[in-house]
Amino acid sequence: MKQEYIITVFSEDHIGLLSRITIIFTRRKINIDSLTVSESAIRGVFKFTIVIHETADRVQKVVGQLEKVVDVLKVFANTNDEMIYQELALYKVSTDLLFESDEVEKIVRRSGARILEVTREYVVIEKTGHSDETQLLFDELNVFGVTQFIRSGRVAITRSTIERLSVFLKERDALLEQVD
Amino acid sequence: MATQRVSGSQAVILSLLEEGVDTIFGYPGGAIMPIYDALYDFDQQVTHYLTRHEQGAIHAAEGYAKVTGKVGVCFATSGPGATNLITGLADAQIDSIPLVCITGQVASPLLGTDAFQESDVVGITMPVTKWNFQVTSADEIPEAIAKAFHIALTGRPGPVLLDIAKDAQFAQFDFEYKKCTKIRSYLPEYPIDPFQVKAAADLINEAKKPIVLFGHGVILGHAEAELKEFIEKTGIPAAWTLLGLSALPSDHPLNVGMLGMHGNYGPNIKTNEADVVISIGMRFDDRVTGKVAAYARQAKVIHLEIDPAEINKIIHADAPVLGNAKKSLRMLIDNVNSNFHSDWLAEFHACDKIEYDKVIFHDVYPKKVGLTMGEVVRIASEKTNNDAILVTDVGQQQMIASRYFKFHQSRSNVTSGGLGTMGYGVPAAMGAKIGQPDRVVFAMVGDGGFQMTIQELGTISQYEIGVKIIVLNNNFLGMVRQWQQLFFEKRYSFTEMKNPDFVGIAKAYGLASQKVTSRDQLETAIQEMLDHEGPYVLEVVVEQEDNVFPMIPTGASISDIILEP
Repeated sequence: MKQEYIITVFSEDHIGLLSRITIIFTRRKINIDSLTVSESAIRGVFKFTIVIHETADRVQKVVGQLEKVVDVLKVFANTNDEMIYQELALYKVSTDLLFESDEVEKIVRRSGARILEVTREYVVIEKTGHSDETQLLFDELNVFGVTQFIRSGRVAITRSTIERLSVFLKERDALLEQVD
Repeated sequence: MATQRVSGSQAVILSLLEEGVDTIFGYPGGAIMPIYDALYDFDQQVTHYLTRHEQGAIHAAEGYAKVTGKVGVCFATSGPGATNLITGLADAQIDSIPLVCITGQVASPLLGTDAFQESDVVGITMPVTKWNFQVTSADEIPEAIAKAFHIALTGRPGPVLLDIAKDAQFAQFDFEYKKCTKIRSYLPEYPIDPFQVKAAADLINEAKKPIVLFGHGVILGHAEAELKEFIEKTGIPAAWTLLGLSALPSDHPLNVGMLGMHGNYGPNIKTNEADVVISIGMRFDDRVTGKVAAYARQAKVIHLEIDPAEINKIIHADAPVLGNAKKSLRMLIDNVNSNFHSDWLAEFHACDKIEYDKVIFHDVYPKKVGLTMGEVVRIASEKTNNDAILVTDVGQQQMIASRYFKFHQSRSNVTSGGLGTMGYGVPAAMGAKIGQPDRVVFAMVGDGGFQMTIQELGTISQYEIGVKIIVLNNNFLGMVRQWQQLFFEKRYSFTEMKNPDFVGIAKAYGLASQKVTSRDQLETAIQEMLDHEGPYVLEVVVEQEDNVFPMIPTGASISDIILEP
């Protein structure tokens, strides 16, 4: 059964690695629903957070192939319920809408969104949440007209108390010593 | 080590020398000229072979790597030079051949400007290399080359490409070389888990009908002696994949033959009757398994494998043993009981008898008028006391040669397995002969594959590379024709070839050559080829509708292997 998976790739900071990682999905014709890259808590180690919709078996195989990439340190795959995750969305609406009725303001308050910037012409609203939540806000606002909309890639952290990669790095050092 | 002030190009050559390289295959061009200029001063330490096409260079490097166990090295220029390497890279990637390829690149300020002979080589080669890297500064060269050799040869080997910008080749810097032994993000192999070994040993000790399936991993891991000791202690029949061929002597009593689509009858059907399957350094390619859903379902599967991504990729492993086969087999030998399985082995012999009577005898001792590929292979093998190196191209001759050529020594079979690269045979044989100059090296090629890299006869002639090329000419793309005959109602769509005078071509290149059309000439001709000092092209005209059997039709189970049409 296909479901959403969050794949976290920890890697060295090397040019071209993004391509090396994405072609593994392309080759299997797996669509990447969302992708976020940033430095992790460990300096010099980068973290790719990739969201795909796939079967457990295919996810497992992709993880195996990702871990073969020389500059990749470690890959984790999790289902949504195993992680805490968020996406950020920005909405632009006409400033006039806020004067014409109080509906837009009500929607913003109710959804826990906030207003980032107000100009004479437009208002930028920001909402953080899961994609169904940011989508709901879009649908509600769009009744009145959203002129621009953007949603970020997903960011996710685990529910465990330790950073998975630091444990891995310790184990890896020990393994590298052993195979000499 | 003291530093010395050198150019990037000199650093390339000095680094290769540090890695023990004495043989390079390549083709110069604009963007790699500084490296070739540096090479000019090192002709005492390095022999460079100028091939006639970059594909020839990379296949030669593959052949060299396969027979020596060393890293094959090749040079090419930017743009078309580099793109001509792609087939060889893909071939080496899927067959785990250690290569270091160095390509020239336009000067770094020109990158991304569509400069003359610029192509995005790092981008293009990403899916077909184990690792690649673009060098834009001379001081990156020693470390990049050190990493390249470490990555190419360790763990599951593979091709590595370094793309070196021309300005980095010219720039001067302080050279110092340090070998690479560790990369944090790269674990070549896992230490063997004794619990995994124990679980595997328990299955083996209980097994009544066990079979060993061994592949390239045994050769790549230098585990031939351990394989032999393991099967001899346990008395388990052992079958090989195309790339496992020659790891175990052909005449070993427990060698039960070849697996897969055109493999032997016994090991195929017995895989589906075994209670324990012990696969060693092989990856359950679709040509081996046939229909996966009907493959070894009754058996417990033990999988000794260095690459974690291969375990459970195609076939679920009940007892995986992750790590280098040489080490895991050693531990396994210490944990298994001495045993023999004479009744079970006799079942293989019964299958052999059936296959011999129905197929093999007619292939290798034919009575029909036309020559068969099987008899040519048999005679070539016999006349070299089953001790030559066999290099095959792809297609019918590859399957026939793999079936009937016999081996004493490991690293004696060179073929394009995973990618099935036509045109591989002749250049790979050049590399094999250069790697093992004292052994007889046959290139067994068809008329189709021969013409894909026929220009390498020029290289063979220039350097007098003593390969013995046997062109099995049926004036057809034989394997495709066979499939058309069997599965496409004999609709021979674009498989017939009007061929040139191969002897004339060979002679024009200055090579000794002759053509054989009948049985009474064959033995003498092969003997003359072997007696001749240096390279030789022997064209043998074989029967047009000569088919390779047994055969597992695509999508069929290995149990449904057919012995005749």
